[in-house]
Amino acid sequence: MKEDKIFDALSKNGVSRRDFIKFCTAMAATMALPSSFIPKIADALEKKQKPILVWLEFQDCCGNTEALLRASKPTVAEIVLDILSVEYHETIMAAAGKQAEKSLMDVVKNHKGKYITVVEGSIPLKDGGVYCTIGGRTAVDIAREVCGNALATIAVGTCATYGGIPAANPNPTGAVGVKGAVSGINVINLPGCPVNVENITATVVHYLTFGALPTLDGLGRPYFAYGKRIHDNCERRAHFDAGQFVRKWGDEGHRLGWCLYEMGCKGPETYKNCPTVKYNEGTSWPVQAGHGCIGCAAPHFWDTMTPFYRRLPKPPGVSVEKTADKIGIGIAAAAAAGVAAHAIASAAKKKGKPEQETE
Amino acid sequence: MPQQRLRAYVWEFPVRLTHWINALCIVALSVTGYYIGNPFIHAISSDQYIMGWVRLIHFVAAYLFTVSFLLRIYWSIAGNKYANWKVFFPFNKKRLKQIAESVRFYMLISKKQSHMLGHSAIAGLTYLFIFLLFLVEIITGFVLYSQSHYGVTRTLMGGWLLDIISVQTIRLYHHLITWALIVFAVVHVYIAWFVDIHERNGIIGSIFGGYKFVTKDYE
Ligand code: HEM
Ligand code: SF4
Repeated sequence: MKEDKIFDALSKNGVSRRDFIKFCTAMAATMALPSSFIPKIADALEKKQKPILVWLEFQDCCGNTEALLRASKPTVAEIVLDILSVEYHETIMAAAGKQAEKSLMDVVKNHKGKYITVVEGSIPLKDGGVYCTIGGRTAVDIAREVCGNALATIAVGTCATYGGIPAANPNPTGAVGVKGAVSGINVINLPGCPVNVENITATVVHYLTFGALPTLDGLGRPYFAYGKRIHDNCERRAHFDAGQFVRKWGDEGHRLGWCLYEMGCKGPETYKNCPTVKYNEGTSWPVQAGHGCIGCAAPHFWDTMTPFYRRLPKPPGVSVEKTADKIGIGIAAAAAAGVAAHAIASAAKKKGKPEQETE
Repeated sequence: MPQQRLRAYVWEFPVRLTHWINALCIVALSVTGYYIGNPFIHAISSDQYIMGWVRLIHFVAAYLFTVSFLLRIYWSIAGNKYANWKVFFPFNKKRLKQIAESVRFYMLISKKQSHMLGHSAIAGLTYLFIFLLFLVEIITGFVLYSQSHYGVTRTLMGGWLLDIISVQTIRLYHHLITWALIVFAVVHVYIAWFVDIHERNGIIGSIFGGYKFVTKDYE
């Protein structure tokens, strides 16, 4: 099995040449490469051996796995599973218990420095990491060993990248992303809740094609997928620039597909390629479905991007219903009133004792 | 006791120029900024470009404001003593005493504060604070603006800050400072008027023409 060439595996599973080239084209597009790269990608996938991959799940909801599996035929997701030799994945593997853990350790031992680790879910550090254990070992312990010996680690989903929802304030388990738990390793962050499968595949295909991992930004994210904001490629952007906004769920603008900015859309502050890759094999994505972006791919989005249905966060130390503008108007009005009171008081004082002024 | 009044050239042209550019920019930036945060006018047709124009005006005014701010900083070194940076740091004993004196004056407790040709100590301190707000507003503004830029431009605009501080926090402070500047504008105009009538020193006229009128005991 492990010696399989990628294209052979694909054709064995009934993927036609045409589908294969379609897939290579989609990958080139996702990586923002010109079409001249399609043969190069096809060539690499035909000749290279299936990379070995282990998929670790820690404090997660399985959403990224779901995103990976939720697909129709013949699909990118299916191809992903075919181009990769997945040696360990708790949700989809047949092995269980000790046997499963052994297969994981076999990979670490036999393919040291050559396999890819995918991590889904955050890693708790508080109290020695006891809040997430698998087979009696803590998540952080497993991650240190498995990620530490891997060629590279792909952190998928916002939990594995930045801690995500488990790390939301007050973060009871001390959850962090892979980078926060294991230092000194190669990590590619693919945040999102869930991740877009195309971005995982494209990262792997990039490695297979160029023999190198994609270029990453300051937050460890590949530029091809996280270089632009949702807002920059949004299909509703023309309505934003025109000044046509949804103001209430179900109003006329909402039915006409206007911009969701006033409904709290965080597309203008979220870096991701959702508008182009979308979800479920390009079927749709939140803004297309009529809901604003909640910034799920942003670090600590549960704390920083809330309230989801308002553009601005709450001013710190202020009760729930006060917005920055209500406070601002209040203070400006108070200043105006103060000024008026001062003018009256000084006029009244003056009247009492006329001042002598001469030129 | 009758006093003699003198006419003195206080505010040089660059001071007056940057003052009025700042004033106009703050009005334009507050109105357009408020619209960006809360688009109160809606388009009736997709052919319109309301948010587009509003943002363009905000960004053009933002550059103008930034240049004006930098020019004023330059003039705090190159200009006359009334424009000098030292007037914005009234932290020696004498100046602190004058601040206390001014507070009593503005609270209508006393009827006199030391006459000053340039900024009084309390005014200098206030403007130090306001210039800091300008600076934070400019920095947060450019960091927000960096989001629609790439590569080196983005880094130069401060985009790297977004890896450290949440963009929403930056946006919130950009927004709150707007209100702080509006409050300042209200109080600032009122105090100018108040001082003008109480001291008869032509302070309001001075920011147009540059001259103030002073009694002999000025500093
Ligand atoms: C006196 C100075 C300024 C005032 C009063 C001001 C005011 C505002 C306000 C109220 C907002 C709306 C914030 C929100 O709720 O989203 C805003 C947005 C913004 N401002 Fe300013 N601003 C000023 C200077 C600047 C400067 C110097 C820049 C630099 C380029 C700038 C760039 C921006 C950007 C990029 C946005 C967000 C626009 C968007 O999201 O489309 N501002 N400003
Ligand atoms: S819906 Fe959101 S992302 Fe799309 S244009 Fe409007 S604000 Fe931007």
